[in-house]
Formats: sequence, C-alpha cells, structure tokens
Amino acid sequence: MSNPGELEDLLRRLAPRVLAALTRHYGNFEAAEDATQEALLAAATQWPGSGLPERPTGWLITVASRRMTDQLRRELASRQREEKLASRTPPEELLAPAADSERLTSEDDTLTLLMLCCHPSLTPPSQIALTLRAVGGLTTAEIARAFLVPEGSMAQRISRAKGRIKASGAQFHLPPEGERADRLRSVLHALYLVFNEGYTATSGAHLQRGELTREAIRLTRSLRRLLPDDGEVAGLLALMLLTDARRLARTRPDGSLIPHAEQDRGRWNRESINEGISLITDALAHTPLGPYQLQAAIAAVHAEADRAEDTDWPQIVGLYQLLERLAPNPMVTLNHAVAVAMVDGPRAGLALLEPLDRDDRLARHHRLHAVRAHLLEMAGDHQAARSGYQAAARLTTSLPEQRYLHSRAARLTADPR
Amino acid sequence: MKYLLLIYSNPESWEHPIFLRTPEFLAMPPDERAELTRQAEELHREITESGEFVVGTALADPVNTKTIRIREGVPVATDGPYLEAKEQLAGYFVIDCDSPERAVEIAARFPDARFAAVEVRPIMDMSGQEM
Repeated sequence: MSNPGELEDLLRRLAPRVLAALTRHYGNFEAAEDATQEALLAAATQWPGSGLPERPTGWLITVASRRMTDQLRRELASRQREEKLASRTPPEELLAPAADSERLTSEDDTLTLLMLCCHPSLTPPSQIALTLRAVGGLTTAEIARAFLVPEGSMAQRISRAKGRIKASGAQFHLPPEGERADRLRSVLHALYLVFNEGYTATSGAHLQRGELTREAIRLTRSLRRLLPDDGEVAGLLALMLLTDARRLARTRPDGSLIPHAEQDRGRWNRESINEGISLITDALAHTPLGPYQLQAAIAAVHAEADRAEDTDWPQIVGLYQLLERLAPNPMVTLNHAVAVAMVDGPRAGLALLEPLDRDDRLARHHRLHAVRAHLLEMAGDHQAARSGYQAAARLTTSLPEQRYLHSRAARLTADPR
Repeated sequence: MKYLLLIYSNPESWEHPIFLRTPEFLAMPPDERAELTRQAEELHREITESGEFVVGTALADPVNTKTIRIREGVPVATDGPYLEAKEQLAGYFVIDCDSPERAVEIAARFPDARFAAVEVRPIMDMSGQEM
C-alpha cells in the first residue's frame, strides 16, 4: 500500500463482504460485526508493515473467524459450566474451520447488510451509526468524532442498534419482496442524512465531518452498482454529486456561508456536475419519477446556469410543483416559494408562505422567517425584511446561519431606502 | 441535536443527587420517595444505554462560588452566584437526541423538575445550510 488513504479505502470496501461472510457462516450478526471490526483494526496495524496479503478478503475473514470461534468457545465453556452438561456437539464441528473462502461473499451481501442496518426497529440516527460501521467500515471512534459525541455514547448507540436487530429476529437475508421497497427508502434516507451531516459542516474545525459526504457518496455508488435500474438510487447519487460540487464555493475561508446565488460558479466542481447531470438525465428518461430524482433535477437546472441570473426559474417552478405533489413537505414549499418569486415576483412567493404560518412548529422555524425576509427584501420592504432576518437569526441554532442572517439584516440597516 | 439541561434546585443541604435534599421530597411518604428515586435512576440508565447522554456534572455547593466582574479594568471577585435566587444551579447534563420534544421529555423526568425546574437550552451547531 503506497499510502494510508488507499489502505483505508480498500478496508472499507472489503468490510461488508467480510461481515456478510461471517454472518452467513455463524448466523450471529452482533458478534460477527464485532469480529469484523477487530479484523479490520488488525489489518490496519499489520498490513503497512507486512505488505498486502495475497488474498486480502480471505485474510480478513480468517482473522475475524478466529475471533468469532474464540468468542463462541468462551460462550460454550461458560454455558457448560453453568449447565454442568457436556455439549453433545463435538467442538471441532461447532467451531467450523475459518470461513476462509471468497466464494462465500458476493456483491449482493452489501445490499442485504444495508437493509439489515436500516431495519425499521431502529431510529434514523441508529441506522446511520450502524450503517457507517457495518457497511462503511468506519470505527466507532471515527463515527463519534464525525457526530461530535464521545466514543462511549456512540458505542452505546451501535450496540443498542445491534441488540434491537437481534431482538427483532431479523435474519441475514433480504427482507421479503413486499417490504423491500420501503426498506430501500429507509436506506436511501439514511445515506442522505449521512451526506447532509457532512455537507452542512463548515470548513476548518470540522473537517472530520466532511469525510461523511465522501462516505455517503461511496456507499450510494456501491448501492447503484447493485441496483442499476432503480431511478431513486440514481437520483440520490446525482443529488449528492450536484450538491457536493458546490462544497468549495459555499463557504468563505473564515467558515461563513455564501448563499447559492452569490457563489463563485467557477469553483463548482465540473466533473461532479457532469456526472450528476448525466445520471439524472438518464434516470428521468427511463425510470418512474421520485423525490430524489426531482431534487437532483432541480440541482441540475441550477448547475447548468453559468450565472445566477441565467437560471431557468420557470423550469424549477415546474419541478417544485411536481415535488410538492409527490412528497409534500414545508421545506419544499419554502423553496418553491423562492422559485415562484423569481418567476412571478416576490408577492406571489409571499402568498405561498401564508399557509405555513398556521403550522405552529414551522412558525417558530428560522427558515420560514429567513425565506419571508428574503422575499420582502426583493419586494423592497426593507424594514419588514430586516425584522424577518433578525427573527430568523434568533431562532436558528446554527452559528454560521446566525452570522449570515445577521449580516443580511445589517446590510439593510446600512441601506437608507 | 444537542441540548444543555440545567438542573435548578432549592435543597435544605447540598448533597447529590440534589433532589433528595429538597423539603418537598423529604415530606413525601417513603414509598413515593423510593419510587421517585427509582424513576430517576431509570432515566439515567435509559439515556446512557441509548447513547443520548453526552456529559453530566454535579456542581459544588454555591457557597464555593465566586463571581468575577471587571469594572474599569479592575477585577472584583465576590462570593456567591451571579443570580441571587432561592433556586440554584445544581448540575447540568448535555444530551444529544432526535428532537426538541425528546429533550423536553427527558427534562421532565428529572425529579428536580417537580421541585424547582430543569431548563432546556439548545446548543449552537457549527453546521449550517446556505440559503
């Protein structure tokens, strides 16, 4: 291995295969997951010195199997002590030889694992933590750092998630046909959340979290290889690529946020944009429409404009209308209102916000106030816009957003109109 | 989302867990006291096992508090807390949970919420979305 990054990538790629082989062989996901982590750690410490083994997957499976058999032996011994009964199974048979065969593994295992980790008995945060460890091959410490919690808290979440899966009686195979679509939606949602955690992290002190975007894209790519005909998988990957393309342009060196319309488009990553656009174009042409595809399509329309003022807003309005019909949600309405304002003027956008005021929860949400302030500013009502930005700044719990909202308010104070 | 839970109390004497020293608790019948203590222990176990517990600290008796003010460049340390109130900050927890509702639910299960109050303060996040 020429550098640690490469070794890490390799180990992360092999992690789900090793775990799948072990789980299938021993039928104990909980213990197999721990053993896989130990084998990955062993490889990370040994391989840089000893060089890459001839068959890395086989090496990892052997080491992990040894850990598992040790553990099973210990459990067996204690059970025998408790029951004072000799096991009728010869130990050699129970402790089968290491599952040292790549034959045991297949690409589909990754899908089975993803669906297991996103089991409906788990909350999304638990699904995310378990997916990152079991499928992503990240260590508990890495996941804890990315989510800014102590390692102990993250270890608890992961072990509880595994306990819940065990209690639910879920086995290591794909869920029944009828549940698969729902489960895939949970998997996509978990990957989307991982991406968002990383993407919204501002630069500097929180670079660790940026790793999460890379990991989310990597996992979504592998999911796409498994389900090449699924439009929503393609849509999510396209959405991630098109969003991630803006990463360098979205913050200033001091970490402050730059709004979409003011970003230096020369700093958008063309390679990601091209890949995202071709993915979404293909998906829209060949698969049934879904919310991720629509969001990706909207991102693609933005990405296609060389300057903010060249944006094809009528097309974006049309896409938001479809999205509101397919997956209505107040955040979609907010974005829709901005797009409508760009086409039919700020008053038309403000009218769309009115129903949202009746939603108690949203009425206290900073984004509603921020969007209204933006539209009021467009309409020339600077005094109302200023108080809107100030209200939004008070409500947000994000430091960079707060700084941004205050700067918008200050800009209007400086302007005598 | 992370929240700071501030535990306020007005105990007869300062000893943790502080709610055990409040007049209201001491006036309760023994079985109710035992039940409340059990519920408090249960809450701690629950948020530890769920991984929602981030950190928690019991604070020393306010008689040990010093409040520092610098006026006209001169630092002045006075004995006692900044806010003079019957109820004093007795300790704090940082929790990381899924929703504001869950944070409120956890706060409401601290026995101290019955006797004085538990304050729920969202912690500012370094992440942000461009608008």
